[in-house]
Amino acid sequence: MIKGLLMRCLPKGRTLVTAVPYGWLLLFFLLPFFFVLKISFTEPDIAQPPYTQIVQQEENKTIITLNTGKYHTILDEAKAFAETSWSEAASNSQYIISYWNSLKLALITTVLCLIIGYPIAYNIARSDEATRNTLLMLVMLPFWTSFLLRVYAWIGILKDNGVLNNILMTLGIINEPIPLLYNQFSVIVGMVYSYLPFMILPLFSHLVKLDGRLLEAAADLGAKPWDAFFKITLPLSKGGMIAGSMMVFIPAVGEYVIPELLGGGEVLMIGKRLMDDFGANMDWPQASAVTVIMMILLIAPIIWFHRFEAKQMEAGKS
Amino acid sequence: MNGKKMPLSNKLYMLLGFFFLYAPIISLVIYSFNESRLVTVWGGFSLKWYQVLFNDEAVIAAAKLSFKIAFMTASLAVVLGTIAGFVLARFGRFRGSSLFAGMVTAPMVMPEVIVGLSMLLLFVALQTAIGCDGEAAGLLKTAGCYAFGERGMVTIWIGHTTLCMAYVAVLVQSRLREMDRSLEDAAMDLGCRPWKVFFVITIPLISQALVSGWLLSFTLSLDDYVLTAFLSGPGSTTLPQWIFSSIRLGLTPEINALATIIIVFVTVFVVISNRLMVSAQAKRDKAIQQAVAQGGH
Repeated sequence: MIKGLLMRCLPKGRTLVTAVPYGWLLLFFLLPFFFVLKISFTEPDIAQPPYTQIVQQEENKTIITLNTGKYHTILDEAKAFAETSWSEAASNSQYIISYWNSLKLALITTVLCLIIGYPIAYNIARSDEATRNTLLMLVMLPFWTSFLLRVYAWIGILKDNGVLNNILMTLGIINEPIPLLYNQFSVIVGMVYSYLPFMILPLFSHLVKLDGRLLEAAADLGAKPWDAFFKITLPLSKGGMIAGSMMVFIPAVGEYVIPELLGGGEVLMIGKRLMDDFGANMDWPQASAVTVIMMILLIAPIIWFHRFEAKQMEAGKS
Repeated sequence: MNGKKMPLSNKLYMLLGFFFLYAPIISLVIYSFNESRLVTVWGGFSLKWYQVLFNDEAVIAAAKLSFKIAFMTASLAVVLGTIAGFVLARFGRFRGSSLFAGMVTAPMVMPEVIVGLSMLLLFVALQTAIGCDGEAAGLLKTAGCYAFGERGMVTIWIGHTTLCMAYVAVLVQSRLREMDRSLEDAAMDLGCRPWKVFFVITIPLISQALVSGWLLSFTLSLDDYVLTAFLSGPGSTTLPQWIFSSIRLGLTPEINALATIIIVFVTVFVVISNRLMVSAQAKRDKAIQQAVAQGGH
């Protein structure tokens, strides 16, 4: 009887409870994207705020001006790429090169994180409980210390007279320092290093749930360890691989700090382009247009990822 | 998976992996005690960079602001994130639930430059809409102008909270899913009101997730550079912003000293809290098992 009473009272309470985080996210997460979209159709202006208004009142008339020029800047560059040679187009384009570099470096980072992270996650999942806790803590520990400082540490390691070059020269492997810093190599090292825990943790949580009996059964039926790995462990950890890859790839596309500190202005990425347009150039509409196109590029993987996660949750429930 | 002895080759691989994760951190610590101004030339043991750091007023002001914002962020993110996680885990499907689920988790993967720019544009629009140039009128306008009139602590706080509540929500949600619901059901059957069940039964049971969520939010907020760069105004420099500009201006050994302090602090803290959490969890599991066994289930 009491339960029935509760049930009748619940909906009101539920709506109220849901409204608090829902309202916050609508206001501070979803609504802002409409402002980005709106401002991407304006022009920069010397005013406060520094862009023109879309809707203007003039002598009892309402004038709506949608300025698509900011998108044209980017699309024209894309056309130039299609028409002329790669090197020629690359030399006078900023945006397409940035998008291309971002996607390429994010993809390389994701693949390397997967290759390096998988065996680590696998070994942690297979160790006994006490060791497992310690190892997990060791993976998490760098994550708790400042990200900026860990990126900064790589400068000291990769510099011309840095730790790595010194070691290689002392060992006599090289005679003069090899340029390791301020190029794509250093950016990739920094990104793999920073994003590795984001790959290991989802992989681990999938691998640890794997039923050991399946592997025993495979061994009983005569499967070699490698066979069992490729036919059982790898397919069953697909969920972890996808979750980890998305946790790495999507933020890596927009990465700003690592190319800025380890790329030394040599490696143009889209995060840097956006910051330049927003900051130094004071061109907020262009920065907004850059963002909208980045969102369009990322929307497919993000939606796919959410569908996948929802499916995983449904599967976990039943 | 069952526990098995790790083969030697796997052990070596793990060693290499952890070396990759820890080599940069170790090098920071070593060179923080370096006498020389040059980061890579060893000039003998010295504590002088710690002295320089402690006498740098800009760092101390930035650290104070960062800690303040991190504390506020973690506290609000735990409240909002817990409610969001509870809604996701317990309310099933409702109208707009998939949009809600998407919005809760999106800040975790969305590139921070996108989140930062979009939030900034919202705050600028709010600032214009409120119109803070004229004299203040009414409580709402005064409060609005305090929060959005110029960017600073409040706008950074809102931005960080939106990011961090996602992590808290995911932690709370997964904890609630794996939790035994029988205690909640029993309390309901005994006539406990939903609010009371939530505060007396649910909250203590998920306290571990709340503590980890608070600490994670605190660290994320303390560490965030990109979002802060968009949302801060003149006169509000946080610790990451100070670090970033110092690195850009050239390597200063002062940063090594700061890094070492943070590393030592975090390591001690994480190791101790991990110990405490593991033992608390074991105790709680045992108590629940005993209760269930005595109940004759």
